[in-house]
Amino acid sequence: MMELQVHGNTTWCYSAGKAFDPAKPTVIFLHGALNDHSVWILQTRYLAHHGWNVLAPDLPGHGKSAGPPPGTVEAGADFVLALMDACGLQRAVLVGHSFGSLIALAAAARAGHRISHLVLVGTAFPMKVSQALLDGALHEPLKAIDLVKRLSHSTLAPPPSTLGPGTWVLGGSRALMRRVLASNPKLNVFYAGFKACDDYRDGEAAIQSVSAPTLFILGKRDQMTPPKAAQSLIAHARNASVTLLDAGHQLMAEAPDGVLMALREFIAD
Amino acid sequence: MPGYTDPGFDTLSLHAGAAPDPATGARAVPIHLSTSFVFESSDQAAALFNLERAGHVYSRISNPTNAVLEQRVAALEGGIGAISTASGQAALHLAVATLTGAGGHIVASSALYGGSHNLLHYTLRRFGVETSFVRPGDIDGWRAAARPNTRLFFGETVGNPGLDVLDIEAVAGVAHAAGVPLLVDSTLTTPWLLKPLEHGADLVYHSATKFLSGHGTVVAGIVVDGGSFDWAREHAASGRFAELVAPYPGFHDMVFTDESTVGAFLLRARREGLRDFGACLSPHSAWLVLQGIETLSLRMDRHMANTHQVVEFLAAHGFVARVGHPLLASHPSHALARRLLPRGAGSVFSFDLKGSRAQGKAFVDALQVFSHLANVGDSRSLVIHPASTTHFRMSDEALKAGGIGQGTVRLSIGLEDPDDLIDDLRRALKAAEKASPKAGA
Repeated sequence: MMELQVHGNTTWCYSAGKAFDPAKPTVIFLHGALNDHSVWILQTRYLAHHGWNVLAPDLPGHGKSAGPPPGTVEAGADFVLALMDACGLQRAVLVGHSFGSLIALAAAARAGHRISHLVLVGTAFPMKVSQALLDGALHEPLKAIDLVKRLSHSTLAPPPSTLGPGTWVLGGSRALMRRVLASNPKLNVFYAGFKACDDYRDGEAAIQSVSAPTLFILGKRDQMTPPKAAQSLIAHARNASVTLLDAGHQLMAEAPDGVLMALREFIAD
Repeated sequence: MPGYTDPGFDTLSLHAGAAPDPATGARAVPIHLSTSFVFESSDQAAALFNLERAGHVYSRISNPTNAVLEQRVAALEGGIGAISTASGQAALHLAVATLTGAGGHIVASSALYGGSHNLLHYTLRRFGVETSFVRPGDIDGWRAAARPNTRLFFGETVGNPGLDVLDIEAVAGVAHAAGVPLLVDSTLTTPWLLKPLEHGADLVYHSATKFLSGHGTVVAGIVVDGGSFDWAREHAASGRFAELVAPYPGFHDMVFTDESTVGAFLLRARREGLRDFGACLSPHSAWLVLQGIETLSLRMDRHMANTHQVVEFLAAHGFVARVGHPLLASHPSHALARRLLPRGAGSVFSFDLKGSRAQGKAFVDALQVFSHLANVGDSRSLVIHPASTTHFRMSDEALKAGGIGQGTVRLSIGLEDPDDLIDDLRRALKAAEKASPKAGA
């Protein structure tokens, strides 16, 4: 792990137990709302042992990272660019999931050539969130977590996953969301993240200004961000490729190898 | 409204963890009796060994059939994952050995299965782990027993032999205030009657030999992690749980809480406990437990309905001094059981004959439907007379101190016709009443 000072706040980054090596290319992984770095456990660990630096931060105000949680997608992008500066990174691959995919998109639009590849996992634009879910996140977060858990998964028989064989991914998602919610007693990061997704309006403009090749990894059975909801981004991207996987919204847990292989092949170019 | 990803208990009992086999189309779960699994490439092999990818390598660590069982029980308990083991005792040992070592301390309920008591009181002490025992209902006692080196609170959902119901929420509250997790043995109640994780427990285990399997055909265990205990926070506060929070030289200096915010316990338990202690479950046994779980709620309902009738019969019988089931208002856990166990407090309980040790033996010998053996949780009804079997070396005074009388009989009510069970008990009670109080004593 690494601890970096970003905007004056301690930012905790998973690095798969490896020291940062300036000679290696770097992949930054951005988790979604009410998640943390650990949703990327398999993909990060593999790449870290195959020639890459990996940086999977807990977003500010989430898990082990201090600071105010990003209240907008643009604030999240500010954080990513500052994180790259704090690390002295001239160039990196950006990978984001869900809320993190919008942050990655907005950061890539502003960073120009500093982003070599952009990978948007379980993404959509607009990323609308129902008023009922926003209200639930604010007033009955534990109940709303159960709803998000249900909408984020597509199978009762996932393959060996984040904890290896014997992982019950629905339970894992719920436990992580509860833990991340409890990690910030000052501010409801559940509501903050979902509201930021719902408020984001600049997706099409952002994707048009991304110069990096962009890979969309989408779940065929995703109910949170169904593949059709990513079509406007795909249509407006300068250089898009798409991988559809047999999974729901939590693709990294439901199709860990599929996400890894698509990512590995894409960033190898 | 439940959907396919928010299924009810019975749907999970049948489907959690299992899809039609992609290679053959087999609908039932295949039994993967293979020690090992071919690697796609050298790169995949290395990635599997280094936990960069998830999959099966060697059946001591994981197996596809066992993984279905693990997902299924985790789903039914509301956990994040599970590890199946060679027996319930192996599951308890795996949990304890993952969280503590020499110099550690456990606070446990005094109302435990004898095998668990042996492990904690004698065997683990030999390895430098001390256990303090407290009465399960003595909440102040739990609090007072915690020490700076305590690593775990442990109790049974319904204690042995008196069926003291564990007030999980209260004991979990004390455990968490002391900075330790609560582990609960849920063997006798199963998730159909009680889900300890929903009430604040952090870890749950079963002797799957009993009701989960339900047919008396297999010895198996399983431990489930609720993903609720924050090992890193407690380590920062007190230095405890370095096993999960500090680099582990036994596995590439992995920091398990960095790898998984909620699943560090399971990562270490599988990578260390199964790997090194080796108490893994046979895939064939895992499959037998899965067969049992498919009908868990149906069987538990019938177990409870039969138990209800038998308890009422015994409570009204003139040669019965006491029936120790929380169904009865006279039981000390009656009110707590109504709150925590509205479907029933299980079908294993004891009762006291108004008679001697010899009359207890005569009662057991006269039974024809009940099988006299040392197990519980079978589909068949079972009986044992502790004073002449499991505790036969103990003096009358020592038996009394353990809550066991001369005429105490333990029953495990099965799935037979309840009228047949009651007839059998009525006949045997008559035989015991007629038997000489001293014959063969």
